[in-house]
Amino acid sequence: MPLSDFQPVIGLEVHAQLLTHSKIFCGCSTAFGAEPNHHTCPVCLGLPGVLPVLNQRVVEFAVRTGLALECTVKGTSVWSRKNYFYPDLPKGYQITQYDQPICEWGRLVIDTPAGEKVVRVRRIHMEEDAGKSVHDATASAGQSLVDLNRAGVPLLEIVSEPDLRDSDEAVEYLKSLRDVLMYLGVNDGNLEEGSFRCDANVSVMPKGSTVYGQRCELKNLNSFRFLKQAIEYEVARQVDVLESGGKVLQETRLWDVNKGVTRSMRSKEEAHDYRYFPEPDLPPLHVADALIEETRGALPELPRAKRQRFMSQYGLPAYDAKLLTAERPLADFFEACAPHAPDAKKLSNWFLGELSRLLKEEGTTVSSVRFTPTQLGELLGAVEQGTVSINAAKDVLGEMFRTGAAPANIIASKGLAQVSDVGAVEAVVDEVLAKSASEVEKYRAGKKNLYGFFVGQVMKAMKGKGNPTLVNELLKKKLGD
Amino acid sequence: MSQPLTDLTMLELAAALAAGKVSSVEATRASLARIAQVDPKVRAFLRVDEEGALRAAEASDARRRASGPASPLEGVPLGLKDIFLTEGLETTCGSRILQGFVPPYDATVVRLLREAGLPLLGKLNMDEFAMGSSNESSAYFPTHNPWDLSRTPGGSSGGSAAAVAAREVFGALGTDTGGSIRQPAAHTNTVGLKPTYGRVSRFGVIAFASSLDQVGPMTRTVADAAALLQVIARHDPRDSTSAPLETPDYLADLEGGVHGLKLGVPREYFTDGMDPEVEASVRAALKEYERLGATLVDVSLPHTSHALATYYLLAPAEASSNLARYDGVRYGLRARDVRGLQELYGQTRGQGFGAEVKRRIMLGTYALSAGYYDAYYLRAQKVRTLIREDFTRAFQQVDAILSPTSPVPAFRLGEKVDDPLSMYLTDILTLPCNLAGLPGLSVPCGFTKAGLPVGLQVLGRPFDEAGVLRIGRAFEREHDFFRRTPPCP
Amino acid sequence: MALTLEQVRHVATLARLSLTPEEEQRYATQLSAVLDAVAQLQSLDVSQVEPTSHATLASSLLREDVMRPSLPPEKALANAPASVGTCFSVPKILE
Ligand SMILES: [Zn+2]
Repeated sequence: MPLSDFQPVIGLEVHAQLLTHSKIFCGCSTAFGAEPNHHTCPVCLGLPGVLPVLNQRVVEFAVRTGLALECTVKGTSVWSRKNYFYPDLPKGYQITQYDQPICEWGRLVIDTPAGEKVVRVRRIHMEEDAGKSVHDATASAGQSLVDLNRAGVPLLEIVSEPDLRDSDEAVEYLKSLRDVLMYLGVNDGNLEEGSFRCDANVSVMPKGSTVYGQRCELKNLNSFRFLKQAIEYEVARQVDVLESGGKVLQETRLWDVNKGVTRSMRSKEEAHDYRYFPEPDLPPLHVADALIEETRGALPELPRAKRQRFMSQYGLPAYDAKLLTAERPLADFFEACAPHAPDAKKLSNWFLGELSRLLKEEGTTVSSVRFTPTQLGELLGAVEQGTVSINAAKDVLGEMFRTGAAPANIIASKGLAQVSDVGAVEAVVDEVLAKSASEVEKYRAGKKNLYGFFVGQVMKAMKGKGNPTLVNELLKKKLGD
Repeated sequence: MSQPLTDLTMLELAAALAAGKVSSVEATRASLARIAQVDPKVRAFLRVDEEGALRAAEASDARRRASGPASPLEGVPLGLKDIFLTEGLETTCGSRILQGFVPPYDATVVRLLREAGLPLLGKLNMDEFAMGSSNESSAYFPTHNPWDLSRTPGGSSGGSAAAVAAREVFGALGTDTGGSIRQPAAHTNTVGLKPTYGRVSRFGVIAFASSLDQVGPMTRTVADAAALLQVIARHDPRDSTSAPLETPDYLADLEGGVHGLKLGVPREYFTDGMDPEVEASVRAALKEYERLGATLVDVSLPHTSHALATYYLLAPAEASSNLARYDGVRYGLRARDVRGLQELYGQTRGQGFGAEVKRRIMLGTYALSAGYYDAYYLRAQKVRTLIREDFTRAFQQVDAILSPTSPVPAFRLGEKVDDPLSMYLTDILTLPCNLAGLPGLSVPCGFTKAGLPVGLQVLGRPFDEAGVLRIGRAFEREHDFFRRTPPCP
Repeated sequence: MALTLEQVRHVATLARLSLTPEEEQRYATQLSAVLDAVAQLQSLDVSQVEPTSHATLASSLLREDVMRPSLPPEKALANAPASVGTCFSVPKILE
């Protein structure tokens, strides 16, 4: 059977670091990038005698995420120990949730070429992150170095059902999930720094079958591109194995970025027995109904709903709506500006054009712009009324962006106001045509490309402030076109 | 001088300090001298912190003069089982694997003692990681029972019990996972209280079995135990299993007596293997309670015979996980000349842990491992529920439960070392209390003909330490067992 | 229930304990005896019983999300058997 006769079956396990100030069970900072072991204390070093005390915000974030993904949030959930030895795991066990996670059975709707698709979320649980082992140049041959700054950083693990059917769906699900978490303010969505990580469970079965094949777990997928490539490679590999009469082994496979292949991590397979049992140092976690309801009431509008509303409420094309709602602060600012702008589509053009360019140029976000929605409305109004040209308006926006000055003041102080008075423009047009009698002659004789010359002369005489529409109108009239 | 200073109880010393008859420095020096005199034979101390204790005693005397005492026990020197982390002072838990480990922080109870102004004399010997009933599993040396140096003081808080009995310290803190405070107290004519699980913080206490461990006072009198509990019983925001309760005044009702109380006598606790002299002492004590106005009630705790099996699955399982952190990476022993990480782990742990600890890690690992979890660990947790329910039912009929603390008096060093099961059996009357999370007290109640101490155990309702202490005190008031000093040396 | 030497070795591997052949023998015997003793629990009907994993009144003690000072790195590493810079050092981890 060729590749096309097989159906890939994919489920994703996502680990998202929560945006708390302190670690899950101690007061150490969660900030990224500190010197090794500068964010450690007896608790996260796993010293003898230490005990965990749960960070309240971790629970709030888990509940928020669970509700956003339409999960059942459990009134009681249980902490467990997952026992294994590794140098970056200080206590020799990870505190996690096992058979009684905080959230179960939710869903996330994604867009596919065939339309909407519901991906089921099997469970969400809280756990502590491990530290980091470093094998770089600072370590001499034969040794590894251990940095425990990340040990104890709170994670949410979000596990989907194997509902995804190809690499594009997997990427779309992961992007959508990332957008949701960022909207909720629980995660920064940074794949490169590893604060948003993904493992993929991949299997294949003959098309039409309902029995899943043996699955492999893919690791080290720290970009959307790698996720797509790794799944595609792995699907092809598994089909090859089956086609050549072999059997797919259940194993963990590492995506090798350089070679573009997945390869078996055999050492990970040896004698896996995590000996989960309830964590005696932490009583069962009770989440009050009141907290669940309060959180539900305070849930923000999620990216997908917002996108659809932007299309219906503002009459925006899907493309614009998607870009404007990609990040919540941008969407919020757009909505703040919309009532003051003459036209939502034009406002969108300014957002996706000049404003985005300025933000990118300054390396900043919309939260740091200095002008108000009213001021942006005034600027767009001025363009609409011809008080200022589009090009001049771009300069004005730049100035507003940097200083927060009112557009009218900038236009006045920089002399950027456009001349739209018919008499004034007509006088200049007449003067230019009178001075250029020979060019007028040639033009009328058919040398139509001289038209630009006349426009240039008028604009030059008016120092660029002539209303271009009016200038064109009058020139054409006077030249007899 | 009629009575050596070191013979005073904690409260007697506290009164003498308050009256200005003696200073904390003098009391501390007296303890240090006594340690120098008897400890070469008793071997209760792993580490004496002479300098730290004297510094704290001087500070205590100065505070008393300047601003008054920080607590009623201000200035009374204590010893600590080597399971409590002490900032800047080596803490080994009786194990080779922690040799040289100097903690960067104090256990909550250590901090509370320091804040209350009690000088700390040093660290007391114990069974390695509190796993044992004789102090013989200490990686360093066994402690001897001051009442008979050829015998063990019990364990695992054997060093603490021996030091209190031998007047090396005025009191000590121990921990109790299956009887480790009460059993050595019974074997040394001292008082040991295991409070309700959650009453005293476990933060900074090296974990053996987290759902069973509890810290408690080891003293010469019940009143001292109450006074010391008063200092350490406190809700701790660093311990999620610490009960969010106010601390009652444990001395207020201590002399209230037992008149009108119903005291349960569980038939399952008077078993065949019991030493007849132990049984006779305890039966005499029961009569005494009747004379004092209590009513004895025959009660049944039907699942008692399963407690030992339950305990020896649950405690090692938790221990196997708690002891995974001793891996030679961040602190403690690291095996030399190893090739590769797995050998580092295996050799470090293989060399660093003693036989009993390895035995329990093996047992616990097995009980949790794939394919055996349901049959062993989960089943034991369910039986634990049945054992708790036994007590809940009994406490509907009675105010407290009385029994021997240990079925036998102190045994000889070496007697049970090669027979773990018979060693485990000596905890059979103490460990159900840990499984149920209840408070339990051991009070001296007599001696065998050979002069070995016998202990009476009082078990109470959850968080009724005050009641348990009052019942113990009622008996203590009628006798002077606690005044007897051991023959050593 | 008798534990085989092979089972003893497997458990020792899980627990990362290097045992001598004598220790393997001894633990096989002793653990078998303990397992025989605990087998009595199998006789109880616990089908309707909930397990007890905590004997505490406390529930869900929560901490505010507030940063507290970490240890100075020299203190964090003070007990380390081997370190490089402010990292703990171990024999090379083979992935
Ligand atoms: Zn920390």
